[in-house]
Amino acid sequence: MPILMNTGIDIELSFNNALQGLGFSKSFAHMLWLPLPMLVVLTAALIGVLATVWLERKISAAAQQRVGPEYAGALGLLQPMADGLKLLVKEDIIPAKADKVLFTLGPILVVIPVVLSWLIVPFGQNLLISNVGIGIFLWIALSSIQPIGLLMSGYASNNKYSLLGGLRAAAQSISYEIPLALSVLAVVMMSNSLSTIDIVNQQNGAGIFSWNIWRQPIGFIIFWICALAECERLPFDLPEAEEELVAGYQTEYAGMKFALFYLGSYINLVLSALLVSILYLGGWGFPVPVEWIASLFKQSIDQAFIQVITASIGIVMTILKTYLLVFLAILLRWTTPRVRIDQLLDLGWKFLLPISLVNLLFTAALKLSFPIAFGG
Amino acid sequence: MTIASTTQQICFFLLTATIVSGALGVVLLSNIVYSAFLLGGVFMGVAGLYLLLNASFVAAAQILVYVGAVNVLILFAIMLVNKKEDLKPIKGLQYRKILSGIVCIGLFILLVRVDLSTPWSIPGPAAIGEESTIRIGEHLFTDYLLPFELASVLLLMAMIGAIVLARRDTIKAQYSIEKDNQSEIINESKTPVLIDQKSIKN
Repeated sequence: MPILMNTGIDIELSFNNALQGLGFSKSFAHMLWLPLPMLVVLTAALIGVLATVWLERKISAAAQQRVGPEYAGALGLLQPMADGLKLLVKEDIIPAKADKVLFTLGPILVVIPVVLSWLIVPFGQNLLISNVGIGIFLWIALSSIQPIGLLMSGYASNNKYSLLGGLRAAAQSISYEIPLALSVLAVVMMSNSLSTIDIVNQQNGAGIFSWNIWRQPIGFIIFWICALAECERLPFDLPEAEEELVAGYQTEYAGMKFALFYLGSYINLVLSALLVSILYLGGWGFPVPVEWIASLFKQSIDQAFIQVITASIGIVMTILKTYLLVFLAILLRWTTPRVRIDQLLDLGWKFLLPISLVNLLFTAALKLSFPIAFGG
Repeated sequence: MTIASTTQQICFFLLTATIVSGALGVVLLSNIVYSAFLLGGVFMGVAGLYLLLNASFVAAAQILVYVGAVNVLILFAIMLVNKKEDLKPIKGLQYRKILSGIVCIGLFILLVRVDLSTPWSIPGPAAIGEESTIRIGEHLFTDYLLPFELASVLLLMAMIGAIVLARRDTIKAQYSIEKDNQSEIINESKTPVLIDQKSIKN
């Protein structure tokens, strides 16, 4: 949280001041501070995954008129923990004819870029690890590494289903990256910045009416479809289509390596939902601007008390929007059939790509003709 | 020496070690799949060097283009034609290896000489950091407009070439290329669009 805004609490500054007050040097305080936001965000991501796994089980149960997990903790809340524990103590099997190095490296390469992308996710004005200037572009670049990990594990498993799954994953990922990037570009064009903070700030002028979803409805749908495809969620879960490919590139994996894939895919899902809410649903913004509410009660926005409330509302709003989208993704998974590989590629290249190009050009035209509404 | 500069130096040495050893691995390993994966590692190392130079946009672009597109496509191509066949031993392979080794060492010596004889200005110009994205955009659309447009024409040509190569049915009808060993994979019942139907039936 290196940026220092005029308004807003700066936890880093107070942390550093407190440590320097205790007699530590400035650089030592900074070094102590550095891992803290990362740890917090990593923990948040992991808890987010646990919640998503629980939701997935409960919602799928509801969709199929079952009860779902109910014995592990109240309402089965501890079920994801039990799952994780089971995977942790399972035997780690590497097939005899597999390529051991690549087999181990594959899942790691899948998880690391996804976790790194959390660097740019803001939960409030100052609540992110680092406001890097290339912001959202970093996420696009990092998510392009993932297919290499998938190809690697598919190849190293020495299994035809795994190889096919890996190849499908790579093909899918490449195809959907382009419309995804183009729809992000339209948003970036409107906010004149790649930084996620600027993108959210640009949407929070007039509460819910200034969210990008009204200005970019087509971009929103394209982004959501592509995000689902990048996460390999149904209806786009071809790489691990169990009826055709056993489990795709995951077939030979067991224990903690399988857990890494599992973790990676759910972290990616939560991350994608977060980014949709940041790009199109106003990020941490409340449907009515907090400044308006504060002025209604004749309170100054700069008060520490109001600042704490604003920050909490921001975090709650971000998580609420994200989990609404996660809920949508889970509902989609349990209600839609899978597309075929040719339909998938047709949709990506022949439909989404041209539409997203047109959307980009249209946004540029609107930006030139109505600079007030489309960020001149 | 501050913590930042120490970290920077450690990162620099780690990255260069990764790049050099990875690049050697790309050339020297006999398993082409390993070479392709190592190539991805080398690209990532170069992106890391850009990051050290405070050029984060270039680093991200490097990852997106070279790792995410070029390297994935290379891997894809290798794995799609994943045929195990024993290559015939080439005559005089030993001499060829020695010869190419000499050429490589010569090139290396040349580079070292350039490195030593050039008066480098240290430290170089200050990095513009976060502003670089805007500056790159400005340059691309003002003084580097012609190279930019030429590159786009080049890419268009490459794309048309790829489409022509991928649609072998049109070539087959026109020039009747002899069947290669992969032709059974290609779906031959496709109807060509680019040429009229009558000429095929004849």
